[in-house]
Amino acid sequence: MLKRIRQVLAALSIVAIMLLFLDFTGTVHQWWGWMAKIQFLPALMAVNVGVIIALIVATLIFGRLYCSIICPLGIMQDGFGWLGKKMKKNRYSYSTAKSILRYTMLCITIIAIIFGISVIVTLLAPYSAFGRIVQNILSPLWQTGNNILAGMSERADNYMFYSVDVIWVKSAITLTVALATLVILGVLAWRNGRTYCNTICPVGTILGFFAKYSYLKPLIDTTKCNSCGLCARNCKSSCINSKEHTIDYTRCVGCMDCIGKCHKNAISYTHKVKATEPSTDAHDNTRRQFMSIGATLLATAAVKATEKTVDGGLAAIVDKKIPNRETHLVPPGAKSIRNMSSHCTACQLCVAVCPNGVLRPSSNMERMMQPESSYEKGYCRPECTKCSEVCPTGAICKITVAEKSSIQIGHAVWVKDNCVPLTDGYECGNCARHCPTGAITMMPSDASDETSPKIPTVNVEKCIGCGACENLCPARPFSAIYVEGHENHRVI
Amino acid sequence: MKKQDIDRRDFLKRVGIGASITGIALTGCDTAAKKASNKLTGAVELNKGQMTYRKNPTTGDEVSLLGYGCMRWPTITDKDGQDVIDQEMVNRLVDTAMEYGVNYYDTSPAYCKGKSEEATGIALSRYPRDKYFVATKLSNFARSTWSREASIAMYRKSFKELQVDYIDYYLLHSVGMGGMEDFKERYINNGMIDFLVKEREAGRIRNLGFSYHGDIKVYDWLLEQHDKYQWDFVQIQLNYVDWYHARELNARNTDAEYLYAELDKRGIPAVIMEPLLGGRLSNVPDHIAARLKQQEPERSVASWAFRYSGTMPNVLTVLSGMTYMEHLKDNLMSYCPLIPLSDEDNQFLYDTANLMIQYPTVPCNDCKYCMPCPYGLDIPGILVHYNKCVNRGNVPKNQEAQNYEEARRAFLVGYDRSVPKLRQADHCVGCKQCNVHCPQNIDIPAEMRRIDQFVEHLKQNTL
Repeated sequence: MLKRIRQVLAALSIVAIMLLFLDFTGTVHQWWGWMAKIQFLPALMAVNVGVIIALIVATLIFGRLYCSIICPLGIMQDGFGWLGKKMKKNRYSYSTAKSILRYTMLCITIIAIIFGISVIVTLLAPYSAFGRIVQNILSPLWQTGNNILAGMSERADNYMFYSVDVIWVKSAITLTVALATLVILGVLAWRNGRTYCNTICPVGTILGFFAKYSYLKPLIDTTKCNSCGLCARNCKSSCINSKEHTIDYTRCVGCMDCIGKCHKNAISYTHKVKATEPSTDAHDNTRRQFMSIGATLLATAAVKATEKTVDGGLAAIVDKKIPNRETHLVPPGAKSIRNMSSHCTACQLCVAVCPNGVLRPSSNMERMMQPESSYEKGYCRPECTKCSEVCPTGAICKITVAEKSSIQIGHAVWVKDNCVPLTDGYECGNCARHCPTGAITMMPSDASDETSPKIPTVNVEKCIGCGACENLCPARPFSAIYVEGHENHRVI
Repeated sequence: MKKQDIDRRDFLKRVGIGASITGIALTGCDTAAKKASNKLTGAVELNKGQMTYRKNPTTGDEVSLLGYGCMRWPTITDKDGQDVIDQEMVNRLVDTAMEYGVNYYDTSPAYCKGKSEEATGIALSRYPRDKYFVATKLSNFARSTWSREASIAMYRKSFKELQVDYIDYYLLHSVGMGGMEDFKERYINNGMIDFLVKEREAGRIRNLGFSYHGDIKVYDWLLEQHDKYQWDFVQIQLNYVDWYHARELNARNTDAEYLYAELDKRGIPAVIMEPLLGGRLSNVPDHIAARLKQQEPERSVASWAFRYSGTMPNVLTVLSGMTYMEHLKDNLMSYCPLIPLSDEDNQFLYDTANLMIQYPTVPCNDCKYCMPCPYGLDIPGILVHYNKCVNRGNVPKNQEAQNYEEARRAFLVGYDRSVPKLRQADHCVGCKQCNVHCPQNIDIPAEMRRIDQFVEHLKQNTL
């Protein structure tokens, strides 16, 4: 019974969190966006004291239930373990705790957090590892499915589904890391259950401290136990020593599997002195799921103006290329590059919800897999604050549309050699027309000649770095105006 | 008056129903079933050998009232992902048209990315040369084709593409676009107009005429020179909206009433283009469609436009760019044979036109003369989507509009479906290269800007 409740909660939990990473419409986040925010490491990075205390208190009462019903990476491993048990029954066995490895990994994590070595934190954070797997491997498949529905919806002349641009590889490194994580954890879980959680995972180690003293825990009744060892051979945490009738509660994830396996009813989930009714913290996960919607991007654009002799047809469009920015761009709400790199656990949730194709995981070693902005496919639209709404770690803080309109994340730089009025001889001004803050004024390129081609002048004080100018500039593949990032964001 | 008219219709209808019931009763179900199976789409019957023909006063040509416009041939995507003309379908369309008596085919070296003449030639060359009339044009719009040599080369190439040794109807293409100056460069200074007159004398051109859009000065000047050039026909834009409203909708255009009267008084036959305004007189707001269907439930909305132009006595043929077999068959029903509209019918259409012009559609007929846009925009795609939304009530005035949320979604989602993001209005740089090509004189960059701003307001919810 307890096992069944755990399984149901775990299933709801992992599906809900997967949907957070798959949904590109922003509807799901309104309902259970909080599920990302109760993850331990993100809450720690965000200094979300309430959540951390609640999780510790819960662990002090129920043990490491967090690892079984909240952590998506743990639930995913249970999935692989379940398949492994289908192949071979009673496949686990007791092992002693790998304490040195555990505490070393914890120390490394703490040092990495303190010194801002984001690569290590992002690699070890369990929730983020799960996010990367879903976002990089499952999301393109999900979007392809959506596009098929959108095609049918279009044929039926209804607007229920809209098509989105599927980007199969957002960042090769991130995809590789995600695939490697999936394969390594899959194999480990298949063969040995929760090895990762009890050796590498820093969250598992921290919660283990508290779980040791939890009020409720599985207890072996030595009067009933016949030392058959069935419990130990079914313990995915390898933490039941059936010979000595002891359980290592720092490693027990409270899966309740042993309770059901015992033929003698010798194991019960209870308080050591006095038995109490088992209880679980149920989450209301059953919410209506709304279906999605979106925006198409077709990668294509302008050839040099050629003389038109026949009617019809579309000019070929060259893809935009990423300009060489001296300072990279992080989205409004991130406050500064330092804040981003010290808080972000690279879970990819912001990348998943960005509707404009702006955010993508970085391939730079220093900030590997952490998000950065670029404007080849779209720009940071004034009405959108989605990334700031979903971030669980405080790397991107919540902002309103009004606040966004005055947060300067970078400034526009003009590139004379590419500017269409000078190269093609036609008036343009598309950057100035689309600047949401009116920071660009078109001025004659020759100050002494009013009729000379007009070029953009940027009032850097008014520019917020949204990239409308860069994205909508007709010059290709390199725009004639691009955004240079700022180390620290400021309100203008 | 109107009431009486309805009463008369009502009466006739009842008599008709009564007669047909009697007919069925007398001849039995067999005939009734056979009769039904002859019908192609809806209610009006389509029979071979019923086409209405008009006689060309100079050459005596018996020209079918329905002319095939070869500007909108169907396309398929080839293995390189390019849209190319679906020749097999073109052949089938021409076969059906021929079968029902269509004998006038109008093309140009510029149509369908320059591939229309070839495709038309392939389809027509399968028939004896005396079974069809082919019309093509000197489409020397581009500056590089203004020279005498380049223009003559274009003229000669048409013979090759169409696989003919004479052209039945040859036109100076779209005079008036670019005003008198461009006209002089294209036809006078290079001596092309005299060259073409000589070609007519030599018999390689059987009928010489011109098609007109734009600056009325050019039209008037050419007609003043009628004694000198002896125009055999003139191609004008005419339909029940442009009859009185062309100038009202765009001050740079001229009402069809004037254009037609100028030809009529000189006895020059008129060839009609844009009888349906590129489908805009077919794809109309619901209540207008209902109004037209109510009058003639058995005929299509488009049939009104075709019968309107066809009823004008001085019209030689009415061109329609029929992409789909269904359009062709529907148009055949309107002209096999033509049942002329009465004065009351015409008045009914003028009243309908008054209702239509209240809708702020952009007068784009999707002719694609503006394309390709050098900066990659899909101009007709954008305007067609916008017009569709106007007609369907999906262009809300402000957020208080009753259907604001649904309309906003329909507009934005539909926009991305109709036009790829990189080809949408926000990419218009305003170079204005398109404007000289627009036969409807639309200020395209201004419309792009207006639509772009509307989209921005929708996206930001600031309408």
